[in-house]
Parts: sequence; C-alpha cells; structure tokens
Amino acid sequence: MNPFSGYLTELGHGLVTTVELTVVTTIAALLLGVVVATLRICPVPLLRTVGLVYVEVLQNLPLLALLVLFVFALPQLGITFPLFTSAAIVIAAYEGAYFAEAIRAGINTVGVGQAEAARAIGLTFSQSLRYVILPQAFRAVIQPMGNISIALLMNTSLAAAVGVVELTQTANNVNLVEAQPLLIFTGAGLAYMLLALLIGLVTGRLERRLAIVR
Amino acid sequence: MTGTPSADLRAADHPAAPMVAVRGLQKWFGTNHVLRDVDLTVATGEVVVVIGPSGSGKSTLCRCLNRLEVAGAGSIEIDGRPLPAEGRDLARLRADVGMVFQSFNLFGHRTVLENVTLGPTKVRKVPRAQARAEARVLLDRVGIADKADAYPAQLSGGQQQRAAIARALAMRPKVMLFDEPTSALDPEMVNEVLDVMVSLAADGMTMIVVTHEMGFARRAADRVVFMDDGRIVESAGPEEFFAAPRSERARDFLSKILQH
Ligand SMILES: Nc1ncnc2c1ncn2[C@@H]1O[C@H](COP(=O)(O)OP(=O)(O)OP(=O)(O)O)[C@@H](O)[C@H]1O
Ligand SMILES: [Mg+2]
Repeated sequence: MNPFSGYLTELGHGLVTTVELTVVTTIAALLLGVVVATLRICPVPLLRTVGLVYVEVLQNLPLLALLVLFVFALPQLGITFPLFTSAAIVIAAYEGAYFAEAIRAGINTVGVGQAEAARAIGLTFSQSLRYVILPQAFRAVIQPMGNISIALLMNTSLAAAVGVVELTQTANNVNLVEAQPLLIFTGAGLAYMLLALLIGLVTGRLERRLAIVR
Repeated sequence: MTGTPSADLRAADHPAAPMVAVRGLQKWFGTNHVLRDVDLTVATGEVVVVIGPSGSGKSTLCRCLNRLEVAGAGSIEIDGRPLPAEGRDLARLRADVGMVFQSFNLFGHRTVLENVTLGPTKVRKVPRAQARAEARVLLDRVGIADKADAYPAQLSGGQQQRAAIARALAMRPKVMLFDEPTSALDPEMVNEVLDVMVSLAADGMTMIVVTHEMGFARRAADRVVFMDDGRIVESAGPEEFFAAPRSERARDFLSKILQH
C-alpha cells in the first residue's frame, strides 16, 4: 500500500476525532452555558454568586493549565477518565463560561417588560426563561456564539498536549516520520479553516432564519 | 371571557368578599416612601379608575396587586385570598390577575396568536387546538382577527394593545389591571382600545384602570380614585368626582388635565 494513503487515513481519523470532540463539547458547553447564565440572573442571591464565581474562575485560567490539571492531577486523587472524555469535560467547562456570558448578554437585550409580561400571565421563572426570555436572548447572540464555537474548535487542538490523538496530534505524529512540516501542517490548517467556515455558514443561516420580525 | 359574564356567579361564591382588598399598603423604594397606607376595596364587577399626578404611585399600586413589586407592609387579598409570596402559588395567582401595560410588552418572537395561546397552554394546560380556537374568538372580539398570524412589530400600537388585552383575557382573569393602556398610543388609536375596555366593563369584568382618559372614566367607571403623593386622597363616583372634587389637590389636578 502506498504510504501516503496510509497517512491520509491516519489524518482522517484525527480529523474525525477533532470533529467529534468539537460537536460533543459544543453541545455540553451550550447546555452548561444556559445553566450558568440562568444562575447569574436567578432571583436567589446565593445561586447568582455561584454563577459569577464559576465564570470568573473558568475565564481566568488558561485552558491548557486546566487540561493538564485535570488529566494529570486528578488521577493522583484516584479519579481517572478516558482521555477523550477528560478533554471533553475540561473544554466544555471552560467554553461553557464563555457561552454563559454570551447568553447573559443576550438576556440583557431582552427588555424587562418581556419578563414582566411573562410573569403577569402566570408563567413561573423557569417557564418565562424557556418560552419568552431565552428564545429572544439566543436570537440576539447567535453570531457571538458562533465565534465561541469556532474558538472551541481551535481549542480542541490543546487536547493534543494531554495525549488525545486529534488532528493536530496526528499531524505531529505523521510529521515526525515524514518530516514534511509545510505540507502536513498546512493541510491540517486548511482542515481547521474549512470547519470554521462551516460553523460560520451555519450560524449565518441560523441568524437569518430566526431573525425576529421588527 | 366568552359569552355571559360570570361576575354574578363569582359573587355568589364569596358573597361578602370583595374581589380586591388592599389594607394599609406601604411601599418604599429605598428611602422614597411611594405608597403611604393605601386602603382600596374593589367589588366584583366594579370598574375603578385611578388618576393622579405623575409619581403619585398609581403604577406602583397596580404592580403591587400582582406582586411585580413587593409591598413593604400591609395586606393584599385577591378574591378573598392573601397574595402568596414567591413560587408556584404566586404564578397561579398572577394567572387570575390580568395586566395590560403601557408599552404592550407583546412577546416579539411569537405571532399574535401564539402570544395569546402561550399562557393558556403552559399555565392552564389547555389543549393546543382549544387554546387556538379560543384565542381566535378573543382576537375577533378585540377586532384584530385578521392579525392572528402577524408578529407584534407588524401591528400598529392600537392593534398591539388590543392583542395584549386579548392575551390577558385568554387567562380568564378574575380582575384586570390596566396601567395607562393608551398613553403610548397615537391619538387616533386611543379610542379603538378604550372601546374594547368599555365593552369589557359592560360585560362585568372587575377592572382597575390607571388612565388620564376622563372620557373613559365617565363612560365606564363605577368609581374614581384620586391619588397624590402615595395616598388615596379621594374616592367617589365619576359624576360626583368630576362635578365637585372635594380636595384641593384633585381640583387642581383636574383643572390641569381638563384644560386641553
Ligand atoms: N423601580 C423603581 N425604583 C425606584 N423608584 C421607583 C421605581 N418605580 C417607581 N419609583 C418611584 O416611585 C414613585 C411612584 O412612581 P409610580 O410609577 O408609581 O408613579 P405613577 O403615579 O405611576 O406616575 P406616572 O403617572 O408618571 O406613571 C416615583 O417617585 C418614582 O420615581
Ligand atoms: Mg405610572
């Protein structure tokens, strides 16, 4: 078999891992973002503080440090996860803080009158959020959330540092054998770019489709 | 709210209890004493118009009645039951108290019909098809049946406010609160909203209406309440109040707003 096609298969696997990590993590981070944004605006002061502390802590630590801490320090306490799962958890927790802030900014664009009208017809706090506030908040911040997803995609490459064999790690491995850095890393870079373009395309479409009639 | 008014039936449930009973209500915003010992009783089916100068506490009183503002002291009873604190009980009470805002506050991402059905389906658990059918009846009643599938931003102010009234009515409230429902409207749209309110009043709805529309007060009010500086200064039938206000403040206020 031609060695080049063997590398292509390997790189393909790396790409698939990167896509999987991005998709799984984006979904988890979004859910976490909704929860944390909700905490930050909920009527209970203690929960608001919890939300604030979460965002401040996660946004003020380097992702790489968090990854290393989670993957190498937790096992010392007897807690181990598969590598992919560890990376997904840490990146989701980290990007969740950014999603939370974007969603909170979206919530702030929704007038207080909307929340009052929702409560006035008897919706509970969580119903108001779900049916009135969040749908309008999300529409206002689709673009920034798309940007966070792109940043998340790029950040999955840090998982290489803790041993996840995703696209960057694969490119590295192939390069160690082939010593063709220009070709291999340009190729990997193009793959990242294409994925980012795809995310941008999807967010653009979403934004147009969901635009509120004004 | 379709068909016959059930005000009389409700009165039979609680022959003695008024629909709204406010006693000794106090409200502070920081050090600003906004409501000072307010007492107000509204009988079932009664229409009370609240007037008074800007900053006298009319909106605050309204908002205390469904706990959008939390009163500092005093008691509020709706249909014989004290206002619950937070939580599900409060949500349930709010479903029984309709509120119409000066700025309409329709849900911008939902069509007019969806605005009207949201409460019934999510709060009252009315089946979707039934809620939609009832919503269409209500939209027809307020004269915007043809706007059911439009979004709020595609409606005129008067149409938006009538949609907001339909949204409140869809909950079959026991009492309706209106906080200056026509103040944000262009003059030519004021009457289309007032006409809906007058017909509601004629159907026996219990209403508390903050407004400067003296025409509405004359046509529909059973009683006019005049507020000044956080107090209810005067309370009288509209004829009596407009013909001969007892307090100096009310005379002064009327002379100002009736000039134009
Ligand atoms: N959310 C708030 N925070 C602080 N002060 C407030 C708040 N809402 C109202 N106030 C103050 O409470 C007082 C009464 O206000 P309120 O809105 O009830 O008056 P109003 O009679 O409705 O006046 P208007 O005719 O202008 O609507 C005013 O002094 C106002 O500045
Ligand atoms: Mg007011």
